[in-house]
Amino acid sequence: MTIEFETPKPITQIQFVLKTVAENMMRSQSREFDENEHAIPWGYIEFMHTAMKSTGGGSLTPRDEKPKEGAEKRQPIGYQTLAAQIEMLSWGDVGFYLITPGGGLGAAAVQAAGSPEQRANFLARFNGDKPTFAAMCMTEAGAGSDTSAIRTRAVLDEATQEWIINGEKIFVTGGDKSFTEYEQFGKGFIVVWASIDPTAGRAGMRAFVVESGTKGVTIAKLEHKLGIRASDTATISLVDVRVPYDNILGSPTVEKTTTGFKGAMATFDATRPLVAASGIGVARAALEFLKEKLTENGVTIRYGLPRNKLTSIERDVIDMEIQLRSAWLLVIKAVWMADNKKSNAMESSMSKVRAGDVTTKITQKAVEIMGPLGYSREFLLEKWFRDAKITDIYEGTGQINRLVVARQILGYSGKELR
Amino acid sequence: MYSFEPNEEQQMLVGAVGKYAENDLRSAAHEAEESRELPKKLISKGWELGLLQASTPEAYGGFGERSAVTSALAVEEMACGDLAGALAVMTPSLFATPILLAGSEEQKQAYLPKIIEGEWQPYTAALIEYAFDFDPNELRTTAKLSGADYVLSGEKAFVPFAKDAQAMIVYANLDGQTQGFIIPTNTSGLSIADEREKLMGINALSLYRVKLDNVTVPASSRLGGASGHNFELLLASMRIASASAAVGVSKASLEYSMNYAKEREAFGVKIAQKQAIAFMLAEMATEIEAIRLLVWEAAWMLDNGKEDAFKQAYLAFTGAVDMAMMVTDRGVQILGGHGYIREHPVEMYLRNGRGFAMLTGLAIV
Repeated sequence: MTIEFETPKPITQIQFVLKTVAENMMRSQSREFDENEHAIPWGYIEFMHTAMKSTGGGSLTPRDEKPKEGAEKRQPIGYQTLAAQIEMLSWGDVGFYLITPGGGLGAAAVQAAGSPEQRANFLARFNGDKPTFAAMCMTEAGAGSDTSAIRTRAVLDEATQEWIINGEKIFVTGGDKSFTEYEQFGKGFIVVWASIDPTAGRAGMRAFVVESGTKGVTIAKLEHKLGIRASDTATISLVDVRVPYDNILGSPTVEKTTTGFKGAMATFDATRPLVAASGIGVARAALEFLKEKLTENGVTIRYGLPRNKLTSIERDVIDMEIQLRSAWLLVIKAVWMADNKKSNAMESSMSKVRAGDVTTKITQKAVEIMGPLGYSREFLLEKWFRDAKITDIYEGTGQINRLVVARQILGYSGKELR
Repeated sequence: MYSFEPNEEQQMLVGAVGKYAENDLRSAAHEAEESRELPKKLISKGWELGLLQASTPEAYGGFGERSAVTSALAVEEMACGDLAGALAVMTPSLFATPILLAGSEEQKQAYLPKIIEGEWQPYTAALIEYAFDFDPNELRTTAKLSGADYVLSGEKAFVPFAKDAQAMIVYANLDGQTQGFIIPTNTSGLSIADEREKLMGINALSLYRVKLDNVTVPASSRLGGASGHNFELLLASMRIASASAAVGVSKASLEYSMNYAKEREAFGVKIAQKQAIAFMLAEMATEIEAIRLLVWEAAWMLDNGKEDAFKQAYLAFTGAVDMAMMVTDRGVQILGGHGYIREHPVEMYLRNGRGFAMLTGLAIV
């Protein structure tokens, strides 16, 4: 081990390819799908599915890196690659990135909390002929960051050995594409978090795989949002929904421990830096656009000068570059730790805190500096400002992640620091 | 590849420096700051850690290769103990490292072995000038070629140990470019102020004004010889050192205020259990880690001759200046009234933290 900052070759290559995709398949349609909320960019989805399938990726998940026998042991870079992919796709259009076909957070939950059989059973579909989606249903009207307040219930019907689920989930990213049976898409699923024992609190929380088209599930509403409008955000109601016994992720018996819930939290350790990476892609798009426009207008940034000799715009741009790069390095460190099987709860949350801060600040400042051009819908900058804000909200708000970081550095439990 | 784990050698070095920083530098820091004096023995002990020796090749009396990354790690660790003490221990590097990086073979032979192999000796350097718009790339001190000599005129500020130094590198403006000149302190025309500088922080460090009145030195005194050197490389190395020290001071402030917050009770709980305090601490820790990585990357780029290394060093330095202010200010704030009292070190960290914007040139990796 040593300290190194060389981007691995395979990552540079993927970035190069995805940049072309971002420019030609995403940017070119960004405005259209921002203005037509809930329209589906079939072309992009079909293209991404075909492209990922032909490269053997299947979906945006870290590759399984089993070394070939006798081959020299290589450093694992699965999560690092994924972070770089997500950053570049989000640089293209974060709304589009969110509807890239594949397992998304739903598959991530199966990956983290499912048995080997369940993984084989539920995850193979993402390599099929048609683009296929999966989504995670966690949030409820009364349970946002405080996921232990979840009211959705799952009860075992002893006679039929089926789970019966009742409740309502909101803010399900990709919920419509994962659940509704579009003929263009393969059969997807949603992962629903529910309690099997409300007296056990977090220990009673389990995730259930609910196949698309299952009776009793309805898409009650699609949200109208500030940004990321190409991505559908669904309200899903579940009334006497019956799922097979084996669709429970993790043990069906409740012990008075919080392992079930820890499954969900472990998923967040893995996904938080990826969400941070996505936000950073948006911020980079805004910063690059700003610098381009400044250059066009004859403004040059004089790097190297003492602060008190710089113009206000120069100071802002330099600060934005510092923020962007340092936030990206936190992401890289967090995913590098994930790749190397180091526990990264603190680093994951740090990367999310920083990314949430800097993506909102950078896009806000870029709009301000560009004046009327920044506010106009002629350019995508105003859209990126709206898109960026979600970074500080989903996958744990900036405040929740501060709490995680604080507990880690102070060595406090959730009880000691509420 | 990316990797964020110091190698074995670096871990050992950081361990040794860390021990010295905590046990020796930090325990002496308060007394040193108040009395404006660093014990000689304390400096010698730091010198014996062999930081400079380890980054100088055998041919010049050392036993290793220079690495900006390794130095950055060491500087952070040492500055976390005490900034003034750290700068004092490393003062000979201000003279030796530029020679190592940019000096002619003749200059290396003439100076490096006798510095490296000896006791700590106050060889030093003069970069800063006393002007609000001081810019290392636009110095007011001038150097002019006159026959076979250079003639230097101007005034330098904040020069460490100038009074006792045998020689110093003086940076001057030569036809619009910053260039270093190796000048023995007894050269005619060079005068050192009697009074030490009085600053807001780092009071334990002896700093002096230096005047140059038509100081004439042979052309061979120019750093790098007749063709000179690339000052950008030296400036980037100075900025990385400053930034690393800023990370160290900020870490000290975070650790102290965090420990305090875990002890201090209010309304029946430790104040660290209040989100208002806990969030401040979380933000401080995040800021430090983010800037630390930026500094490491800049150092790594410098070591590997990457194209944008100088720009990255500038960004890392600029980010570190803000980080130091943010963190050390909050360190005081978390202690409240007690933070304002000099019995606790956080007010000193705040004073020292403010210095990084203008103290480029007092350390080099």
